Amino acid sequence: MSCPFRATSAAGLTALWLAAALPAAGAEEGLRLFAVVGDAIPASLTGAKGDTERGRAIVADRHVGLCLLCHSGPFPEEPLQGTLAPDLRGVGSRWSEGQLRLRVVDAARLNPGTIMPPYYRTDGLNRVAPSVRGKPVLTADEIEDVVAFLVTLRE
Amino acid sequence: MLRTAQLIVAVSLAVALAASEEIPLSERHSSYQDMSAETRAMQDHDAENPGMLWVLDGEALWQTKAGKAAIACAGCHGDAETSMKGVAARYPAYDARRGTAIDLAGRINVCRTDHQQSPELARESRDLLALTALVARQSHGLPIDSDEARLRPFIDAGRAIFTARQGQLDLACAHCHDANRGKKLAGITLSQGHPTGYPLYRLEWQTLGSLQRRLRNCLIGMRAEPYAYGAPEYIALEAYLMWRARGMPLESPAVRP
Ligand code: HEC
Ligand code: HEC
Repeated sequence: MSCPFRATSAAGLTALWLAAALPAAGAEEGLRLFAVVGDAIPASLTGAKGDTERGRAIVADRHVGLCLLCHSGPFPEEPLQGTLAPDLRGVGSRWSEGQLRLRVVDAARLNPGTIMPPYYRTDGLNRVAPSVRGKPVLTADEIEDVVAFLVTLRE
Repeated sequence: MLRTAQLIVAVSLAVALAASEEIPLSERHSSYQDMSAETRAMQDHDAENPGMLWVLDGEALWQTKAGKAAIACAGCHGDAETSMKGVAARYPAYDARRGTAIDLAGRINVCRTDHQQSPELARESRDLLALTALVARQSHGLPIDSDEARLRPFIDAGRAIFTARQGQLDLACAHCHDANRGKKLAGITLSQGHPTGYPLYRLEWQTLGSLQRRLRNCLIGMRAEPYAYGAPEYIALEAYLMWRARGMPLESPAVRP
């Protein structure tokens, strides 16, 4: 009863499943192609490094990143933070750059029941408002800025 | 009728959340309890409650002859305080003649067109809100009494919408109002999403608004396409929300931050 594709660990299983799921999202019109390796997207979506300062501003902006609706983090100037999700302090120590990128791009690939919105996916969504239909929540450049900032949240 | 049948098919195909837990009956409470003492006092005292201005307008409209029939609401129903007592607690109701569920504002418009022979009042217009507030006021403090037997397909359709992900943010109503109730979305405590106060005065709106206006706000927040006012999807959601809040007292006209 030996199966050549049988995953030997939970991590291996995730990697197989992610690889299989890749073409659908990557081929979506208007989005850049990216490769998922394990539970990470190791390479920058744009080929360039993001800007940490711009990333911080996106994360803190309730109408752009929306992150603080659900998360809290090191933003002393922002009194209204969320309690629906883990604190962002220390995420740069907990996860690698590539792992952070996949979590922001499409957290549902790791946890199908998550409430964390897919920031760089346009397929598999229902009844999207016409003004944003076909558009990801953040652009590839913005994703890279956010990732560059999250990497700095070390403790 | 056809629209309703299509709706029920469409929503049953929608992806429902795998495990959405409904709130146990004993744990339900109105977001009134999460409000500041000042906002609660504003709701509790008629002289301070801005929603009472709409109720007063509604009383005047109730007595005013309208339409080709030149008859007032009072001409058929008499004193609203007695004839309308408990009515809002039973809405949405099943309208056997039309074979569909109808909300209170829709029912008022049926009286306008069929009995007064005057044009429908626009959704969210001052006059329709005023008449709805007047009728809802007559159920203040009475328990919600959902007509579960006849509304079952509408309640089920509403639950399917409530638990389906939609919009660019891929969220469902149940994510905020079942699974994460009591937690903070930015600074706001997420309520259980009960329909007990409507129409109500929202300080943020600086005016009175219907439940459908509130749901529209939630849908816009999810970056989903809002339904058209009066759409069967809103009636189904309301039928589900009222069933979910069955037995809870009506508070209209409530006040919310
Ligand atoms: C609607 C809620 C919501 C929003 C908005 C949101 N997240 Fe999340 N996020 C979550 C939840 C819940 C988790 C926990 C893991 C899970 O459920 O998949 C999470 C997990 C994460 C993680 C992993 C954290 C850890 O400690 O493991 C990172 C990093 C993250 N989010 C970053 C962001 C960033 C950056 C943004 C904005 C661009 C954002 N999130 C917006 C809900 C949200
Ligand atoms: C991202 C979070 C979120 C989602 C998703 C959401 N809402 Fe809300 N909703 C809120 C917030 C915030 C408020 C205002 C504070 C409160 O009452 O919870 C609110 C208020 C309400 C209220 C008013 C409660 C009162 O006491 O006046 C109802 C009813 C409601 N929502 C129903 C829904 C329905 C139905 C859906 C889906 C179509 C939905 N919500 C989706 C966040 C959300």
